[in-house]
Amino acid sequence: MSMTNVFQIAATALTAQSMRLNAVASNLANADSAHSSTGAGYRAKQVVFQAVPMSPSTPWAQGVRMHSVQEDSSPPRLVYDPKHPLADANGHVAYPNVDVVEEMVNMISASRSYQTNVEVMATAKSLMQHTLAIAQS
Amino acid sequence: MLSKIDSELAFVHSALDLRARRQEILASNIANSDTPNYKARDIDFGAALKSALGSSQAGGLRLATTDSRHLAPVNGSAEPASRFLKFRSAVQPSLDGNTVSIDIERAAFSDNSLHYQFMLDRAQGAFRDMTLAIQPISK
Repeated sequence: MSMTNVFQIAATALTAQSMRLNAVASNLANADSAHSSTGAGYRAKQVVFQAVPMSPSTPWAQGVRMHSVQEDSSPPRLVYDPKHPLADANGHVAYPNVDVVEEMVNMISASRSYQTNVEVMATAKSLMQHTLAIAQS
Repeated sequence: MLSKIDSELAFVHSALDLRARRQEILASNIANSDTPNYKARDIDFGAALKSALGSSQAGGLRLATTDSRHLAPVNGSAEPASRFLKFRSAVQPSLDGNTVSIDIERAAFSDNSLHYQFMLDRAQGAFRDMTLAIQPISK
């Protein structure tokens, strides 16, 4: 059944977008943590997507999956605060390189994509129901 | 008798099949709207339908019958729509190489669902006509 593939495609997209939302939440939550739990400074994480065929026999139906989580390699944000317990010899405290504005934009983009895919699912569902009702009246 | 019913429904059947395929392709485009280097695709619907109905002599693939016991190919049998799969030309290509334009995809998705529903209605109509034809005339 080809229409069921639409459900699977939309489902992979929902999973991928929620992973992206997770990364945004993690970045925003750690925007002000000078030290992460691992000891090293926290770095902004970005989720990279990849298109993946749903099955070998249907190369035109492509879902999406998380390819990798990339860490932002840009230098940490240095704030001058000599009284801070984590301040270095120059009085600088290293904060994560999280760009809050960028994360907010990412969040809106992810939630819009999520909504769009939910609508795709709803449309496919209603088409399926109509198909099942063929020649019943 | 059964083959008559089959040929009656061949057009509706192929059209619905292709619409469902196209729905998958458009859903893929929407799902991959944030995937780097993904290229939006669509099918040439008219050509694909023509080929599925076997009316295009030039491009249509034929099932070879090399033995007398082979069944004749049925019109409207599923032919891979991938032959008609084409890349959409980018309207506003983005830096990450993605060419999905979400408004175009959503419009196409809605348009395709409407056409799908229309073909469903035609299928209903075909069945209604057949039911009408086999009913005795009553006063």
